[in-house]
Amino acid sequence: MAAFPLSNVGPIYRREIRSYFNSPVAYVVIVVFLAIVGWYFSNNLFLMNTASMRIVFELVPLVFLFFVPAVTMRLLAEEKKSGTLELLTTKPVRDVEIVLGKFLAAWTLLAATLAPTLVYLVTLMVLGTPDLGPVVTGYLGLMLTGGVYIAIGLFASSLTENQIVAFLIGMVIILAFFLADKVLLYMPAAIAPAVEYLGIDYHFSNIARGVIDSRDIIYFGSVLGFALMTATASLERRKW
Amino acid sequence: MSIAVRNLVKMYGDTAAINDISFDVKTGEILGFLGPNGAGKTTTMKIITCYMPPSSGSVEVDGMNTAEQSLEVRRKIGYLPEMNPLYLDMNVLDYLEYSAQLHGLRGGAVQQRIKEMVHVCGLEDVRHKDIGEMSKGYRQRVGLAQSMIHDPEVLILDEPTSGLDPNQIAEIRTLIKHLGRAKTVILSTHILSEVQATCDRVLIIHEGKIVANGSPAQLQQEFQGADTITMEIKAVAADPQAEIAPRLKTVAYVTGVTLLAHSEGRSTFEIHADKGNDIREALFRTAVSEGWIVLEMHRRVTSLEEVFHKLTTA
Repeated sequence: MAAFPLSNVGPIYRREIRSYFNSPVAYVVIVVFLAIVGWYFSNNLFLMNTASMRIVFELVPLVFLFFVPAVTMRLLAEEKKSGTLELLTTKPVRDVEIVLGKFLAAWTLLAATLAPTLVYLVTLMVLGTPDLGPVVTGYLGLMLTGGVYIAIGLFASSLTENQIVAFLIGMVIILAFFLADKVLLYMPAAIAPAVEYLGIDYHFSNIARGVIDSRDIIYFGSVLGFALMTATASLERRKW
Repeated sequence: MSIAVRNLVKMYGDTAAINDISFDVKTGEILGFLGPNGAGKTTTMKIITCYMPPSSGSVEVDGMNTAEQSLEVRRKIGYLPEMNPLYLDMNVLDYLEYSAQLHGLRGGAVQQRIKEMVHVCGLEDVRHKDIGEMSKGYRQRVGLAQSMIHDPEVLILDEPTSGLDPNQIAEIRTLIKHLGRAKTVILSTHILSEVQATCDRVLIIHEGKIVANGSPAQLQQEFQGADTITMEIKAVAADPQAEIAPRLKTVAYVTGVTLLAHSEGRSTFEIHADKGNDIREALFRTAVSEGWIVLEMHRRVTSLEEVFHKLTTA
């Protein structure tokens, strides 16, 4: 039967996607996101006369701070509360499959939210010739940053059956990663480089500048993997 | 598909939810868990279904340990948890498809099984409806349908009839009996008539321990107190207490006779006899030989309710 060890990721992913898009959640999230980002982009374009995607790449990681935990808060907390998690975990499904399915679904929603912002890029290309390199890496950076945020939010959602609590925990942890490289002034010089390396915005800005450095990719990969592993372990906590 | 539970203990902090439970379920058997709320029925089921591990002890399903071969065990089990959790935003068909896929069914087998379960559980009329809009009875059927979607060899049903009206209870019971013929079933309940109607064997659990184990009939016999017979006699007697009662006492095994009522030549007696002896025939013959007319005779048998009450209030 289950020939591939991850064969249940698909059904779980599809259920989550359907759950996002069959309810107002996805649409509200997308509309609010586009309203905020669109406002700043067009202000920048028309008032500042700056034809650049930079504002998008500066603003979106900030919007993600509260936007991502809102998307991820229900993923596990809701199933815990309604009891469906018991149903899910007593089927021949690995905990890691549950985590991966839900992670990928939220990541897809994130991509669907970012996709319409490509219209801004089209606008810019009509008006001039933007440098496409940093734009491509910028989007890559946004997806990676968003992915890390989602993994953290998923972990937060696994801790509680209360969605509000999941939202707040997720936001605090994400904020810590976001602020790490912004509080270096207050850090002892000895540990400042280590703290800077932990800061997600530091790596994002590296990538958004158009430089894909393996150190940044390794950073995103390892934080993402670690957060997903923690979420899986937290889900397995019932067995302790 | 047999289940072997050995010395199961589950601690929540310092309190034991279940305390050294051991029992076996044979293939094809329908076993009823009976016990007051908080007795440990649900905990035991959660351990068998691999939702949580025991603090000590083991469960083997078809020779496979729930802790070591959890995935294989889960593949064989269909489970209806207490409160019947469901995804309220999905419709019946989507939900059953999801359940089937999670059980590893793919392609045509999925639709085939969904069709069968929709038919067996009587869900044809509501199959496109969102589960959130359905009545409790229908939701229970959906819960049963998902638990059997992969045609499991073992069914674990935690209070499958709770919250249903009497007609729905009867329907679900028939369904379980019908489907349970080829499967090993464990169901929990605190409705005693349900056990009598559906189960081959009963485990009464109280405060985390098994206090009785046997078929409903066996339990009734085992916990039968003294036989009590109520008898109404029509006889000419000015003082039945003095004239009839002593004669009744001479019947073999009788331990006591009480006059309950007496009016216009009719006397009602309650007669106690040693446990396990049916003295109705002897009583009848005595009455005939004395020229009394027996208007009514009734032997009271200990009901499962009384057994349950006796075992779980001590």
